[in-house]
Amino acid sequence: MTYTAAALLGVAAALAVDLAVLRTRLVTRAVFWATYPIIVGFQLLSNGVLTGRDVVRYRPDAILGWRIASAPVEDLLFGFALVLFSLSVWVWLGRRGVQRTPAAQGRPRFTARRARPGASTATPAPPAPRSRDTRRAAS
Amino acid sequence: MGHLTYLGVLAGCLVAALWLEPVLRVNVLRRWRRLLLTLLPVILLFGLWDLAAVAAGHWSFDPAQVSGVRLPGGLPLEEVLFFAVVPACAILGFEATRAVLRRPAGDEAAADEERP
Repeated sequence: MTYTAAALLGVAAALAVDLAVLRTRLVTRAVFWATYPIIVGFQLLSNGVLTGRDVVRYRPDAILGWRIASAPVEDLLFGFALVLFSLSVWVWLGRRGVQRTPAAQGRPRFTARRARPGASTATPAPPAPRSRDTRRAAS
Repeated sequence: MGHLTYLGVLAGCLVAALWLEPVLRVNVLRRWRRLLLTLLPVILLFGLWDLAAVAAGHWSFDPAQVSGVRLPGGLPLEEVLFFAVVPACAILGFEATRAVLRRPAGDEAAADEERP
């Protein structure tokens, strides 16, 4: 099998996990597609260094030979499978109650009173589910 | 210096993403158990893919640009770190995006109502 075929299989497997196995359906969600271009940008940068400086070398007959930012196009498929699978597992664990909270707050620290982690004056994160989640995750 | 190339790239990824934890308070590192449980299957499956790809000759690593630490199976240490660093950065970015856009991801407390 070539890297091209393996990468396509990897994408298919990651899609199957997201849509059918863990049923997180991230590829149907706006938040996933809003995140992914940012990730691809950084991937082109970091992978560009790795492949441009030949830290990783590819056997020419294992790839198509189409390159983007010096990386074989197959790496984009590999990266998609890696990122989708990782986010799918992350969301699935949260849905199962593993540390669903403290959720991301998204507010710059300067605009909100900063609470030290664990302080009793902690801001928004609802305390009740947090302890329940922690207990469930620990068991 | 050359031996640190790959490690340097991984450090760069971390620098690009870790600031989200304190600044946007994404609480990914605070949920370290969930993070570790996510990384476990990722490292396992993609580590196996990596091993198979190296065995099949799809890719190889320049010995002059990796630390030289090899893991059982012969993979450079950097490869396994890659499968921890990249997903962690992706999760940091994902949590930051969802918090800023305030869009559901499917693991909210009332996640039963399905809205993409």
